Amino acid sequence: MLELFVISTLNGILFGMLLFLMASGLTVIFSMLGVLNFAHASFYMLGAFFGFQISKWFGFWPALVIAPLLAGALGAMVERYGLRQVHKYGHVPELLFTFGLAFAIEEIVSIVWGKSPVDFRVPALLDFPAFTLFSTNYPAFKIFMLVISIIIFVGLLIALKKTRVGLIVQAALTHPHMVGHLGHNVGRIFMLVFGVGTALAAVAGVIAGPALVTQSNMAGLLGPILFVVVVVGGLGSLPGAFLASLLIGLVQTFAVSMNGSLAGAFGPLSPDLATTWLSDIWNVTIAQIAPIMPYVLLVLILIFRPMGLLGTRET
Amino acid sequence: MLEVRDLHAYYGKSHILQGVDMHIDTGEVVSLLGRNGVGRSTTVKAIMGEVPPHGSIKFKGQDIAGLPSFKIAHLGLGYVPEHRDIFPGLTVRQNLLLGIKDPRKPGKWRPDDMLDMFPNLAARADTAAGVLSGGEKQMLTICRTLMGDPELVMIDEPTEGLAPLIVQQVGDLIAEIARRGVAILLVEQKLSIALRISHRVYVMGHGKIVFEGTPAELKANDGVRKEWLEV
Repeated sequence: MLELFVISTLNGILFGMLLFLMASGLTVIFSMLGVLNFAHASFYMLGAFFGFQISKWFGFWPALVIAPLLAGALGAMVERYGLRQVHKYGHVPELLFTFGLAFAIEEIVSIVWGKSPVDFRVPALLDFPAFTLFSTNYPAFKIFMLVISIIIFVGLLIALKKTRVGLIVQAALTHPHMVGHLGHNVGRIFMLVFGVGTALAAVAGVIAGPALVTQSNMAGLLGPILFVVVVVGGLGSLPGAFLASLLIGLVQTFAVSMNGSLAGAFGPLSPDLATTWLSDIWNVTIAQIAPIMPYVLLVLILIFRPMGLLGTRET
Repeated sequence: MLEVRDLHAYYGKSHILQGVDMHIDTGEVVSLLGRNGVGRSTTVKAIMGEVPPHGSIKFKGQDIAGLPSFKIAHLGLGYVPEHRDIFPGLTVRQNLLLGIKDPRKPGKWRPDDMLDMFPNLAARADTAAGVLSGGEKQMLTICRTLMGDPELVMIDEPTEGLAPLIVQQVGDLIAEIARRGVAILLVEQKLSIALRISHRVYVMGHGKIVFEGTPAELKANDGVRKEWLEV
């Protein structure tokens, strides 16, 4: 039981940090541009595939740097030449634009790399168990993922709190017009934020690719969870996104590893009820409903705290 | 310095500005007066490009109508909007620092000057600006815009909702800005400050300028005051 607890906590935090790498960009982009970027998870996927391809040519370490830069440059171009042009027609066209972009990227990826998973392997340098806890070998690559996400998290925090550009970004989160009136080029800031946000998602892709499955549907699988994170944390709130990422990371990991059911907790159902619908509910395990847990959380949050855990906006 | 000719602006289908003509010379203090809803704020917003302008707006001889607002700001036109848009999560000092357009070229106003001038702000230099009182926020927004070294500042309703003592202080600050040679376009509803510090006043009604003259001329003109200003 203790073993399960420790391993699940580690995995949960890891999954949470990965979610945060993506959710941070998504939430900052939302605050500044007022647009929920449906294609955000696609940049995570692009990161994984670019990472796979560059790993094949030059090895994993160059890929870890080049793939996010490439994806970030693409992201910045999407903002500059796509979103900014669509912006004048209002928010709905912008939303549709990112929606379409998500499909386009998915199709392009499956044309280039196919629909089946690609063989993106953990680099040999990190392919060993970091430690053995009780009887479980914990892979070194997962520790590496955790370290990278924490480094980026700390770097992001310092950049945002301590640099002038970071201050401008913070100010533009709430008052983009005023930032413009003070003489700062808000358009360039938007492009930078979009680029950095998508690059962060791509970092998540490169480091998650070898650990999870690198496949053309990976954006579609992850995208919805990302929106849950951003809504639960509070749209536009970075601390909220951090909290919600960890929360959902942990909830999901723990739920998957638990086999408890109502039958387990209260004993088997009396035989005369065994043929009714109640018996189905009685025997469902927590692990079986794990995939819907984030959405249950989403619904609860929307009912009881629509602005999210740390959000300030009503929208 | 600023020349506005036949300026029109629309909110959806409503025709808010119906041909505004005005000008402000170097170092001049001009007030734009009028009742609520006559288009005073829209005039300054249109000049800054926040509302799409139709017409000619020239600043230092250059046509600025419809330019992105950061370019207008870099030409030397400062704008203090109506709602005291301070950045609530940043500290007072950080707010002031963001007013600086280019940290490599220090202007004639420095953050420390501002803090010296306003002990209230200095005492809270490192606290979040969101907790300041209305009057302090107003001072901070004006000071922040000054950090960018504007040659003309447009200040929209700086005294709205402030206590009389604070109104006096805001008036003193604006007078001080003028004394240092910065031109000012003051959008106001209260006549007291406007008449005290302005060289010239415009009165707006129904999206047009309906009176132009010196404060003394406005004081003497009961008809204009009754029809366009007094409630």
